[in-house]
This record gives sequence, C-alpha cells and structure tokens, in this order.
Amino acid sequence: MDKIKPAFMPGGKLEKLQSVYDGMETFLFTPNATSHSGTHIHDGNDLKRTMITVVVALLPCLLFGMYNIGYQHYLAIGQGDASFWAMFVYGLVALLPCIVVSYAVGLGIEFIGAQIHHKEIQEGFLVSGILIPLIVPINTPLWMVAVATAFAVIFAKEVFGGTGMNIFNVALVTRAFLFFAYPSRMSGDTAFVKTDTAFGLGDGTVSDAFTGATPLGQIATHVGDTLQLNNVVGEPIGTYDAFMGLIAGSPGETSMIAILLGAALLLVTGIASWRIMCSVFIGGLAMGALVHAFATPTYAASMLDPLSQLCYGGFAFAAVFMATDPVTGARTHIGQYIYGFLIGVFAILIRVYNGGYPEGAMLAVLLMNAFAPLIDHCVVSFNIKRRLRRVAAK
Amino acid sequence: MATIRLKKGYDLNLKGRIVDPSIAEAMKSELFAIVPDDFVGLTPRMDVREGDRVMAGEPLYHDKSYEQIQVVSPVSGVVKEVRRGTRRHIDAIIIERDDISDKLRHDTNGDIKEVLLTSGLWAMLRQRPYDIVPSPEVAPRDIFVTCFDSAPLAPKLSVVLGDDKQYLAKGVEVLKTLTDGDVYLGFRPGEEIEVPGAIVNTFKGPHPAGNVGVQLANVKPVNKGEVVWTLDVITLARIGRLFATGVMSHETVVAVTGECIGQPRYVHATMGCQISSLLDRMDASNTRIISGNALTGFRVEPDGFLRAPYRHVTVIPEMSKPDEFMGWASLCPSRFSIYRTFTSWLLGKKEVSMDARIKGGERAIVRTDEYDDMLPMDIYAEFLIKAIITFDIDKMEQLGIYEVAPEDFALAEYACTSKLELQRIVREGLDRLRSEMS
Repeated sequence: MDKIKPAFMPGGKLEKLQSVYDGMETFLFTPNATSHSGTHIHDGNDLKRTMITVVVALLPCLLFGMYNIGYQHYLAIGQGDASFWAMFVYGLVALLPCIVVSYAVGLGIEFIGAQIHHKEIQEGFLVSGILIPLIVPINTPLWMVAVATAFAVIFAKEVFGGTGMNIFNVALVTRAFLFFAYPSRMSGDTAFVKTDTAFGLGDGTVSDAFTGATPLGQIATHVGDTLQLNNVVGEPIGTYDAFMGLIAGSPGETSMIAILLGAALLLVTGIASWRIMCSVFIGGLAMGALVHAFATPTYAASMLDPLSQLCYGGFAFAAVFMATDPVTGARTHIGQYIYGFLIGVFAILIRVYNGGYPEGAMLAVLLMNAFAPLIDHCVVSFNIKRRLRRVAAK
Repeated sequence: MATIRLKKGYDLNLKGRIVDPSIAEAMKSELFAIVPDDFVGLTPRMDVREGDRVMAGEPLYHDKSYEQIQVVSPVSGVVKEVRRGTRRHIDAIIIERDDISDKLRHDTNGDIKEVLLTSGLWAMLRQRPYDIVPSPEVAPRDIFVTCFDSAPLAPKLSVVLGDDKQYLAKGVEVLKTLTDGDVYLGFRPGEEIEVPGAIVNTFKGPHPAGNVGVQLANVKPVNKGEVVWTLDVITLARIGRLFATGVMSHETVVAVTGECIGQPRYVHATMGCQISSLLDRMDASNTRIISGNALTGFRVEPDGFLRAPYRHVTVIPEMSKPDEFMGWASLCPSRFSIYRTFTSWLLGKKEVSMDARIKGGERAIVRTDEYDDMLPMDIYAEFLIKAIITFDIDKMEQLGIYEVAPEDFALAEYACTSKLELQRIVREGLDRLRSEMS
C-alpha cells in the first residue's frame, strides 16, 4: 500500500481517488496515527467496528432470508420437498444481485461525496447497504433498487452532511421511496415470492393454488368474520409459522428467531439501545392489546392477538434494526423510552386502521425519526429547568 | 460526613502499577523549568531576564491583569533561558540550579491573600467556572479539595503527602478566611482524615470520582454567577506548611509509572525537574513520556520537564503494533476495549497494555451514551459538547458549561468511538466563552 501511496496524494496521478485510497488503507490497516493532543490513549473501538458488528448481527436474518426465498419459490412451484441446499442456493443467487446493486450504488455515491469534500470515507453505508436488500420485496427490479438507494443516500444523508448527520434512517427512506414511487410493485401477489428462475435455477411451473400475498397483505384484503391466514399454496398458517419465519415477506423480516439472534448480539455488545428496543415491543404489545380488545371485521388486522402482531410483518425487524439506529433515534434515556414506545404504538395503529398500508412499522419509524429531536429537546429542557431552579432556590 | 456513590465512569487498569509504596531518591536534576501553560488563565509578564539569579520562591513572572498573582521559581539558581515559541509565546522558563539553595521567606502574619499571591501558591488554585487560576477580586462561594487521584496509574495522594499531613488543619484554617462558605474535602472511603473546620465527604466509584469537579457537582454544583475554588490535598498541605513555617515547599513525590518503566516507583523530586532525572536509563525510542496521567497529562521529551501538578509521570509505548492488519475486525481478546464489541471483556478486568495510537478516524457522533456514561454529573454531556462546537452561548450556559473542566471529559475522550478531541473542544469553548463574557 505504501508503494502506491504517492500516486494518490495531492499532485499525484490519481489524486482524484485519494478518498478511495484512504478508505482502502484504513480498511486494511489500523491507522498508525498517534494522539497529539488530549488523551494519550484511546479505546480500541471505532466506527468501523461498530458498524461491522451491526452487519454481523444482520447475518442470521440475511442467511435465513436467502433460505426462505428458495423455500417459498420451491413451495410455489410445487416442489416443497427440494433439498435445503437447493433452496438456499436459489435464494442466494436471487438476493445477491440486489445486495451488489445496493452496495455499488450507495458506496459509489459515498466515495464521490467524500472525494468532493476531501473527507475520509465514512462507514455508515456498510449497514444501510445490507439493510436495503433485506427490506425490499425480492421481486423489485434492480433498477428500482438502484434509483431508490441513490435517492436515499443523496437526499436523506449526503445533503445533511453524511454519516451521523442524517435525520431519517437511510434504509427506510429507500423503502419508503419504493413504496410511494412504485406502489404496484411493492405489494400484492407478485412482489414477495420469486416464482421465475434465478440464473437458470429453480425451473418449474407455478402451482394452481399459488397466492403470493404476505400475511399482512391477506389481512388488508380480508372480508369476513373469521381470519385465516394461508401460505403461498393456500395451506393455513399461524403465529408459530410467523415466529419461525417460513412465510412470504421481505427477505429479512420474516423470521423472529433470526431477528432475535441479531438482537441478542446488538444488546450484548451494547450497540443498540435496550431502552428503545424494549419499549418498541412494549408499545406494540400495548397497542396490539388495545386494538384486539375492540376487534372488528371492518379492520381485519385487529383480529390478530397482540403477540401475533409482533411476529407478522416487519415489526420485529424494525424494532431491532431500524428504531435503534442511534443517529436518527432519540439520544436521551427518557427520550428513548418515549421514542420507542410511540414507534410500537404507531406501527400497530397504522397497520390496523389504515387500509392503504398493510405494514405500519416503516412509516412509524420514519415518523418518529422526525420527532426524535423534539423529544430530546423536551427532555434536555427539563434538565435545564432543574439547573435554573437551583439558581432560583438560593 | 456523607458517602456519595458514583456509578458512571471507568477504571482503566493499565500495566505499570506501583506495587512498593517506598519512596526512592531521584537523580539530581541540574535544570528546572516552569511552563506558563500550566497556569491556565494567566498572561505572563516576565519579572526576570536570562542571566538573573533567583532564590527559590522568588517570582519569575506575574499576570498581566492581576499583577499580584505571581509564579515563582522552584529552586535557587540562574535563569538560563526564557524559551519562546510562535508569536513570542513563552514556552518555558528554565533555571539552572546552584548550590546556595536559599529560599524566600514570607512574613505570614501579613494579609493572608497577599502571602498566597506572592508565594506562588495562588497560581496552583483553580476556579470554576472556566477552570483557571482564580481572580483575587472575587471571594469564592465554597472551596473544594480533592484528596485522591483516581486517574489510571495515579499516585496515592497519601504517599505523596507523607508527613505534610500535619499541615492540613492549618491549610483549612487559612482557606476558611478566604470564603464565607465552607471548605469541602473529598476522600476515598476508608482513607478519610478528619480535619477541623472542613466538611468531609467520601466518594465511592470509578474514575473520574477523584476529579474535584465531579465531587463538586455531586455535593453542591456551581451555578451561573457563582465562583468556586478547587485544589488538591497536596496544595492544601503546601498552604498549611507555608503559613506554619513561612517557607513555600517545592518538594514533591512523583509516581513514575507505566508499561515502559522497568520498576514503577515513587521518587522524591522538586517541581519542574528534568524528566530524565526521574527515569532510570531506558530506551526512549517508540515510547511516549507523559508528565501526568495518560488521560490528561502532557507529552514531554526525556530532556523535558515535570509539569503541573508535579506528581505523576507515565511512560507508555508510542506504537506497539504498527500497520496492524484489519484491526477493526480483530477477535483477539488482547485488543482492549471497554465496549463488548471486542472480545477483551471475556478476560475480565486484567491489566492491559495500551499505546498512543488513536485506533480509528474522526467521525461525527454516532453512538449514544458514550459521554454520559463517563461523566458522573447531572449534565447531558453530548448535548453540551454539541453546544460548544456550535458555540451557542445560551445553550452552553443552560447545559452546565460553568460546572465542567476539560479533565472531566478526558475519560469520555478515551471512550469516544468517533475519536473527537473533547478536552480540546471544552478548553477552547471555555476560553472563548470567557473572552466573550469579559
């Protein structure tokens, strides 16, 4: 690395790529820079480590998501007895292009931004880049993913000043952009289960019983007094299936088990705020119990019991990986309780009472992102008032 | 007496602790220096020129705005050099010791304030707000004395104090005349000394429990418009000794610690002595010599000088693993972090080796709670730092800038994932605020 360094320094042939070179160098080697002012020792933890730990926490969801893509596909084409590896490899090749596109577009924009501002490349997109493929439906065309990612990185992050400065969660902005720009591709029968082949794999004809709607999609169009959810070939499913995750949905969101594994890592390492995570679940349970108490066929989702509310859809995934984003969430302890609780409440509220949106978690987190600074402001104001009272008490 | 339990903070268990509390003699130092930057808030006006002879205790310079505040020579000898840096900033005043060893005596029956000012001890006091040498015009609300040092590898102040313990009562008596409020002493539980006239508190908990600002904030915080003086127990004993004997003591005990020291130990020395006189022969390459502790100390060269508060030297490796390959991905438990993102916590709290690398690039603040968890005060540290960076004076005041000193943020600076220079930010914020307010 040292040999090629001069070419990338100002005046060198490749000075336009200096940020890229710096990024690669600090990626490969811990910087040798030693402190020159302030503390002489520094903790081993840095933002790279923090971000990569979140990526590791997402791996269970990613791997399960790949398997589930294959599972749903083979189920749909009537070959539910295909081998584990066949399903996994199918899911892998189906999801991989989306991951590559997301990283290529997002990191590309970050690299260019860093070079324009002559800054170091920041690590924020490491996490966003893996979140995006996990929350968009598998059948989303790659160009849509690219457009949405570019929109989110530029308008939700770079214009605010880059990693650490954004107001809205970048991955969720990507999802929201897709949802509002291409609504027909984001819900319904054709979005969530990949029925055609992926690079020649998984050839077969779709069985007659096939319906590709997610459980929440089915609820949104449900009529009648009794609620019975089905899998892609019309067999009944329940909360247990939603907990395990072998149901239709966005790749990362279906399995509670995989999500809980990731949550455990985030909590043990202390990266995610347990205050936010717990209060989202509590808020969801509370609101779930409330709507269930007033269950009515008009709003079919209210017929789900509170625990099922947490297991279906993107609720748990949002609680663990989206709400806990420290940059866009509340930063004071009391604020985190309020922020989390309201996300839980709004997610269920939107899901149940707003027929237009089968899933409320995304919008709930984005909404509370907007309110997080206000919540913090109020909490900090209490501290300020206490300080002023101290003066007045003299 | 109250015991105050502090939960926030962290005790870094660095290698190079002193095991044997006996005190050795330092090698003789020929050169001594006073560094004006140690006396924050003073603008030096020189009283001596190169070649002048001074007694120990004679003034070297005084403050521009309060001429009574003097900084004195720690030894008798000849002023060898007034070392200047950029824009004629005085970097150090270097004195070559002679063997006459005469000391300036003070008439302690005179005005107490006058004696403190001319003895040079005034310059060792600090005031909140701003963490500067106090103005002689304002009487403090209270005076806070910390009686222990909780920083990594810090000396036990009872060892540094030694026999001077007997002067504490006299010191408190003197300080009581300068304030209408009280004199508070803060001890570790079990180490407290009852001193007549003082209010004694004990503080349980990790570093920065020994920081006087933390003790102050948890007993009786500073409000806007109030002034509180702070000092450590060593300075308190020096004040007592001055008024008991008429002579200011410049002797001190220095803890020489750190991973690169063969046998960490205490040594007798004089303020401002040359660092090399404190260290045994050692390989100075790839080491960092710090006058003070690893969090708040100053980097010095072997031919540099001991700096305030004149009681601690730490020597750590400069770079123990150059070009570490993908350090951020390390699963090795020897790569220490106070966070559980690395595996070092699995080994429990054993002694760790730490070098001077920053181990990451500067970023925007991302993680929450990092600063708040390291600062046991009723202050939203992160919001305060942001207010200082944007220099929003109203917000800074509201969030408690008057209660803090840079040293209170030293541990947070260590822990900061985004590698921000918090102490510098706070110092610059305080300085700028002071110039705006005056």
